[in-house]
Amino acid sequence: MSRLGKYTRRAFLGLGVAAAGGLAVGYYFYQKPYANPLDAKKAEGETPFNPYVMVDADNTITIIAPRAEMGQGVHTTLAALVAEELEVPLEQVVVEHGPSSPAYYNSSMLEESAPFPFYDESVLAEMARGSMKIVAKFLGLNMTGGSSSMTDAFVKMREAGYAAKYVLVKAAAEHFGTSEENLTLADGAITDNASGKSVTYGKLARKAAAISPPSEMKLKKAKDWKILGKSQKRVELKEKVTGGQIFGIDVQLPDMLYGTVKMAPRKGVSIKSYDKTEALAIPGVKDVVEIKTIAGEGLGVIATNTWAAFKGAEALEVEWDDPLSLQNTDQMWSALENALTQEATFELGGTGSDAEVFTSIPESEAVSVQYRVPFLAHATMEPMNATAQHDGGTIRVWTGTQAPGLIQSVVSSHFDMDSADIDVTTTRLGGGFGRRLEVDFTLYAAVIAEATAPHPVKVTWTREEDTQHDTYRPMAIGEFKGQVTPDGTLKTMDMHVASPSIIQSVMPRIFPGISPAGPDNTVLDGAFNQPLDVENIRCQAHVADLQVPLGFWRSVGNSINGFFHESFMDEAAHKAGKDPLEFRLAHLTSDEFLPAREVLKRVAEMSGWGTPLPAGKGRGIAHVLSFGTWTAQVVQVDVTDNTVTIEEVWAAADPGIVLDPGMFKDQIMSGINFGLSQALGQEITWADGQVEQANFDTYDAMRMYQAPKITIELLENSPRMGGAGEPGTPPSTPALANAIFAATGKRIRQMPLSNEIDFI
Amino acid sequence: MYPKIPLTVNGQKQEIEADPEMPLLWALRDIMDIKGPKFGCGVAACGACTVLIDGEAVRSCSQPVGEVEGEITTIEGISQGDELHAVQQAWMKHSVPQCGYCQSGQIMAAVALLEENPDPSDEDISDAMTNLCRCGTYPKIKVAIKDAAQTLGA
Repeated sequence: MSRLGKYTRRAFLGLGVAAAGGLAVGYYFYQKPYANPLDAKKAEGETPFNPYVMVDADNTITIIAPRAEMGQGVHTTLAALVAEELEVPLEQVVVEHGPSSPAYYNSSMLEESAPFPFYDESVLAEMARGSMKIVAKFLGLNMTGGSSSMTDAFVKMREAGYAAKYVLVKAAAEHFGTSEENLTLADGAITDNASGKSVTYGKLARKAAAISPPSEMKLKKAKDWKILGKSQKRVELKEKVTGGQIFGIDVQLPDMLYGTVKMAPRKGVSIKSYDKTEALAIPGVKDVVEIKTIAGEGLGVIATNTWAAFKGAEALEVEWDDPLSLQNTDQMWSALENALTQEATFELGGTGSDAEVFTSIPESEAVSVQYRVPFLAHATMEPMNATAQHDGGTIRVWTGTQAPGLIQSVVSSHFDMDSADIDVTTTRLGGGFGRRLEVDFTLYAAVIAEATAPHPVKVTWTREEDTQHDTYRPMAIGEFKGQVTPDGTLKTMDMHVASPSIIQSVMPRIFPGISPAGPDNTVLDGAFNQPLDVENIRCQAHVADLQVPLGFWRSVGNSINGFFHESFMDEAAHKAGKDPLEFRLAHLTSDEFLPAREVLKRVAEMSGWGTPLPAGKGRGIAHVLSFGTWTAQVVQVDVTDNTVTIEEVWAAADPGIVLDPGMFKDQIMSGINFGLSQALGQEITWADGQVEQANFDTYDAMRMYQAPKITIELLENSPRMGGAGEPGTPPSTPALANAIFAATGKRIRQMPLSNEIDFI
Repeated sequence: MYPKIPLTVNGQKQEIEADPEMPLLWALRDIMDIKGPKFGCGVAACGACTVLIDGEAVRSCSQPVGEVEGEITTIEGISQGDELHAVQQAWMKHSVPQCGYCQSGQIMAAVALLEENPDPSDEDISDAMTNLCRCGTYPKIKVAIKDAAQTLGA
C-alpha cells in the first residue's frame, strides 16, 4: 500500500516553486563550499583546520558548536562528534558557539518540512528532502530548531574531526621521521611508539594545516566509539551552577545603557499618538524612541538601569491604531469553525481514493468528535532581551538566538546595510523552545541602539511584555471522524484541522523576499504523517488567518495534532471495545512501523500496562512520531475529590541512534513536563485586541509539587536518526487526557484540561 | 541625588547610590554587576532572582533595596574559594541544569531549605521549592537536594 496515497502533486509542485530559484541558480553555489569563517576570526598562534576545529600553539583545542545551547546539551554532543574522531577527551576541549556564518548552515532543519512522512523512503520523498537541503544551504540557515542539530551534524562534524586528525598524523609522521602506523594518539598528543616521545597537536598545528585534507573520510565504527553513545557531563555545567554570566541578559559592556520596549499589541497595529512626559520625568529615564519595523511597532525606553526603563515604559501613555477585525477569542473560534465548513485549503498524506467513503460512514459505526487547543506562549525563563551597538559601519548585537543568520539578514535589511556588517555574538539561551528563532527582540534593540550610539544598549523585556508579545502556538480545532467496524477495526479515518498557518505568519517577518509557496505542513504535522494502517485515511487543512503572530513552539504542529490524533485513537479503541494498546498495535502492522510497535510494547512493560489499579487511578497511552523519533508514553493519574494528580509517566523513545543517552533522556523528560504544563492551565486569550494573560500568575507552568515521577528508556530500531528536543512533548497531553478518561470516564477534548477538571 | 545605601553582599560591605525603591535584584545586577540572580518575572512568582538575606531565601525582584536589613548572599557567595557548596556539587553530580537560567535561584532556595531542614522529605522539598523551571528539571532537583542533604549531614 502506498503511503503517499493521494499525495498531492499540488503540494510537491508548490514546494518546487519555493525551491526553484535556489535550485536553478543555486547548483553552482551548492557545489562551492563556504569560506572558513575562522580564518577571519583567528588570533595570533591559532590554526583553524576547518570551520569546526581550531588548535592553538599552546595546545588549546577549540571546537565550534554552531548551534544555540538552550538546555538541550547541543554544545556537548556536537563537540563530542568532533572529539571522538580527533581523539581528545571532552574535558580537554574548549567549546564555542562561533561566529554567525552561512558555513554553519543547518541542512536538516528544513529536510522534514517536505510534505512526506518520516518513514516514506520513496524516490519522490527523498528527492523532496534533497531539494530542501539545498534550499537550506542556499539560504545559509545557521539555525537551531526542528530537533535537527544532530541529524545535520552527525556526519559533517565527525568528518571535521577526522580531517583535522588526518593532517595532524601526517605531520607527526614527518616530525618523527616514521610511518603513520607507528604512532599513537591520546589526549591531544601523538606519541612515536618506538622512541616513546610525544608531540602535542598544538606544536604540529602549523605544519599540519599546510597538508592537503583527506579526499576520503574513514570515520570510526560505532563499536569503537569512546565518547559517543555514552553519557557526558555538559561542557558548561560549572557555569550553570555558579551563576556564570553566560546569558544574553548578563551581557555587560563599557558605557552601556539599558532599555525596554512597549510594543503595539500585535503586528498590524500602529502608534496613533503617545505622551512621553511622565516617562521622561522618571529619574534615570533618558529618552523615548519610536520603533517601526517589519516585526512590529512601538516605543523604546532608554535609561541608566533596567528598573528605571521598566518604570518609564509603565508611565508611557500610548494610543494605538488597531485596524484588525478579530479582537477577541470568541471571534477567532468562529473564524476557525467557519473555515471547517469551507473546502479544504490543502490535504496531505492519506490512503484510499474514494471521497464517498468519508461521507458515508454508518452512524452506528461512527466516532465523530471535535477537539480544541488554545494559543500558547513560549514563556522562556529568560525574558526576551538583546544588546546592540552601532559602531561606525557595523551593528554589533549580543543575544541568545536560535538564528544568528536571520538576525544578520533582517537587521541589515532594516538599516539597508550589508548582512556581513551585522556582527552577532550568540550567548547561551535561558530557554528557547522556538521563541528565539524570532528576530523581533534583536531588531528592536538595534533600532534603539541607533539613538544611543556610540553607546551600546541592553534592551530587556518585562515578563508582561514577553507574554503579551510572543509569536504564539496557534489555536486550532480538530474535527475527527472514524469508522469502527463491528469486528473492532478502524476502517476509515477522516481528519480536518482548522488552524492559522505558522509559515504564512513567519515568512513575511523573517524572509520578506520569499513568498510562502505550497502547503504549510505544520498545520497537519502529527496527523497526516503518523504510522497507521487504516484502509481509508484523509487529512485536510482548513487554514484561516486569525491576525495573531504565530511561531514555532516546541514540537510545533505535533503539539496540536498529537493531542487530536492520539485522543481519537483512544476514543476509537473504546468504541471498538478494545484495549487502547492492543487497538494501536492492531493498526500498526506494516514492516516500516516496527519502531512504533516496539516503543509501545516497551512502555507497556515499563508501566505495568493492563495490571489492575485501585479505584480512582487510571493509565493512558499515546504514541507520536515527530522529528524522526518514535515516542510512546504512559501517564498514570490519581483522581481524588475530582482533583487530578499526575503520579507517574513512562516513556520509550526510538531515535535510531543515541549519541548521548543521559542528555537524550533529559530532553525527553523536559519535553514531557513542557507538554503537561499546557494541560495544567496554559491558555492565551484575546479581549479587545489584547492578550489577557501577563505574568506567571495568569500564565503558569508545572511546578515541583505537580511534577510526576518519570522513567525513560531508549530503543534503537529506527533506520534513520531522529531528534531529541521536541519528540517528548506531543504524546504527553493525549496520554494524560486518556488516563483521566480511564480513571473517571470523563473525556476531555479541549486544552487546557484544567478548564474541565482540577489539578493539584 | 540618591542617599547612599549601605549593603553587605557576599561578606563585603559597600555603599551604593540608588533609588531606595529599586528592587534589590536590579541593584545587584545593574549597579553591582552581580549577575547570578536572574530576572524572570518581577513579581516574586518564579524565584529566578532568589538570594539569601541572613540565610533566608528572598525573591530579590520584589525586595526594595532601601529596606534590606541583614547580610545578602548570592550564588556567587556560597562556595569556599574553589570548593563548591555541597548543593552545587550535587547539582553537578546529577547534571541538573538544562538551560540553567533558573538554577541559581533553585540552588539558593535549596541552600536555604537545607539550612532550616537538614533532612527534608519529598513533601518538604515540594513545599519549599516553589521556583519555576521551564525545562522541567524538577525530578533531578529533588534527587540532588537529597544527595546534598546526605553530604551536609555526614
